[in-house]
Amino acid sequence: MKYLIKNGRCIDPANNLDAVADLLLSDGKIENIGKKIPSPKGAQTIDAQGMIVAPGFVDMHVHLRTPGREDVETLESGSRAALKGGYTSVLMMPNTDPAVDTPEMARGLKEQAHKESVVHAYVSGAVTKGRQGAQLTDIAGLKAAGALAVTDDGCCVADDGIFRKALRESARAGLLLIDHCEDSKISGKGVMNESFMSTKLGMRGMPRQAEYEMVRRDIEYARGLDALVHIAHVSCKESCDLIRKAKKAGVRVTAEAAPHHFTLTDEACANYDTRTKMNPPLRADYDVKAIKEALADGTLDAIATDHAPHGLHDKYVEFDAASFGVIGLETALSISVMELVNKGVLDWPRLIELLSSAPAKILGIPAGTLSKGAPADVTVLDPKAELLYTAEEVASRSKNSPFIDWKLTGLAMEVFVSGKRLVSGGQLV
Amino acid sequence: MNWNRKDLIGLEYLSAAEIEHILAATDSFKQVTTRSIKKVPTLRGKTVANLFFEPSTRTSASFELAAKRLSCDVLTLNIATSSVKKGETLVDTARNIEAMEVDTLIVRHGAAGAPAMLSRAVKACVINAGDGWHEHPTQGLLDMYTLRSRLGDIKGLRVSIIGDIAHSRVARSNIWGLTKLGAQVTVCAPPVLLPVGIEKFGVKITTDLDEAIAGADAINVLRMQFERDCAQAFPSRTEYFRKYGVTQERLQKAKHDIVVMHPGPMNRGIEMSSEVADGPNSVILEQVTNGVAVRMAVIYLTATAKEASL
Repeated sequence: MKYLIKNGRCIDPANNLDAVADLLLSDGKIENIGKKIPSPKGAQTIDAQGMIVAPGFVDMHVHLRTPGREDVETLESGSRAALKGGYTSVLMMPNTDPAVDTPEMARGLKEQAHKESVVHAYVSGAVTKGRQGAQLTDIAGLKAAGALAVTDDGCCVADDGIFRKALRESARAGLLLIDHCEDSKISGKGVMNESFMSTKLGMRGMPRQAEYEMVRRDIEYARGLDALVHIAHVSCKESCDLIRKAKKAGVRVTAEAAPHHFTLTDEACANYDTRTKMNPPLRADYDVKAIKEALADGTLDAIATDHAPHGLHDKYVEFDAASFGVIGLETALSISVMELVNKGVLDWPRLIELLSSAPAKILGIPAGTLSKGAPADVTVLDPKAELLYTAEEVASRSKNSPFIDWKLTGLAMEVFVSGKRLVSGGQLV
Repeated sequence: MNWNRKDLIGLEYLSAAEIEHILAATDSFKQVTTRSIKKVPTLRGKTVANLFFEPSTRTSASFELAAKRLSCDVLTLNIATSSVKKGETLVDTARNIEAMEVDTLIVRHGAAGAPAMLSRAVKACVINAGDGWHEHPTQGLLDMYTLRSRLGDIKGLRVSIIGDIAHSRVARSNIWGLTKLGAQVTVCAPPVLLPVGIEKFGVKITTDLDEAIAGADAINVLRMQFERDCAQAFPSRTEYFRKYGVTQERLQKAKHDIVVMHPGPMNRGIEMSSEVADGPNSVILEQVTNGVAVRMAVIYLTATAKEASL
């Protein structure tokens, strides 16, 4: 099937393109991009006037809970949630049950994803066996099995010695190392940001030092090594400052932020609503501001959702007892449009870069561009379309979003994965 | 004014007028509790369940007596050892109790926010009997009631709260209630037991006990939980007593009629010497007496608010 997407504002940061143009998709590839492309015989034409035509989005941080917790998300349901949010590629975190910590498991999950996921779902592997932080996995083997990164996400690689070995090993294998920066000796049993709010609510706080002291360590250990370190879900100003400085000094470090961290503060925890409980926690106003600045100035490379589905019985309990994490695939685009573009923090090309070409480049995948010949992963979004995001709207198997009942602006209307039209008119096909 | 809340979750959420309203209602119940026949038929036929997910003697007894003196039927459950361990959620436990047509749930829980969560999950009245480090509103109310009966109007009083502010729900309820009624509150603790952001509560902060006592109209001395939260912060009990223990010598520098309070249970020789605890300035047992009347007022007001909303 051929599709001709006409008169959209085509934004392709990888090629420095931002112009009204037509885009022709054919046989799973981008066949042509340019002005007034004549409609080939049999092609379906899509009028994209007033819309933005972008490379399909890439989320380098999702939990699809497979294997082990298919009751809260499956490859199918999670990938449908991704599609609805305009994503065509995702990187699955390995903190499943059991953890993806062997090449065999990585290979098996990759094959399963190929069958069950409706987007490109890539595999990552654990840094340490069982994510226990004690013994390295076969990092080179994981790479050979198709893993795009190693990470113990959900946990930090806390032991300095192990982390140093992991960095050298992943550098040797040429594989990205993603770290969840948290010194659990500092965060302890905390359940929210340590602040006036945690004192007011009488809850144990997670001091910001728990994050940024680990960011500092990761940067120091990466300095001078040819390693690729990526800092997951940056939540505080100090981390942004450290990463900015490190990049200036030439350290090979990249980083991401999640939409909830540049939208909400710990004030959102006021009613003990467990949909505001995540790790790292929601922080202060000045952190939100710092993350926005860091996204705009290139300190932070990518927007990643940290999509973390949890069932009602994991969340509808005391705040102390609730699981950490929120879903985010379906809301990331709208929240980014509302908080970043519509508030003048950054422009459309930068947002598209943060959502597509930048994470694609970090992961080294053939995505994130509208170049001729590239895979036809394309998202057409309406920057003005609105949606009341009710619990019934949620495509994920879990509904633990802090944005339930928000009026969202900016929606994916058409999504193509390898040239297949899987979202049409804003609806999953 | 009209009382229209079916729940009491914390003093943070009440207006000064609402707090005054509870204290005024307490007056009439106080009269009841000091008669030889200590019972009124006000809430006959209502059922109150004490759901204590954390051990307590005094608060549990006080709520039970308060309910009984209002002629309620009372069920007291210590749940720390029963169904929770079998995997039932808090909300399920509460809904099961409510399904037996219980009108009021009095909830003590180790997790902050548990009563707030239940108040949204059930139709029954929910009264917070202490949740984590968050609030213990009836304790705050009975402290204020006691202060008022001793010293008159709370407005303008200088009250110092001494001890483990960081881990104390009593401190938080006192701070909210007293500041709303116009008292000047000082908190006094070793630096490690002052929580982050405490300055935003509109209180004065000191780490010097003599400073906290000087000029104060009243002091409220908190329990030190060496067995739990304070071990890392302040390893030695004798060292704590030397620096933060309230003694007769220290009180000699205070106003002669300074009111000394303690929410109990008291560690004699750690927070306070026995001479002070049993001395003329101490109102500790009066607090306990007033506690029953305050809780009668709260059970009564919330129950009638619920009735009115039906």
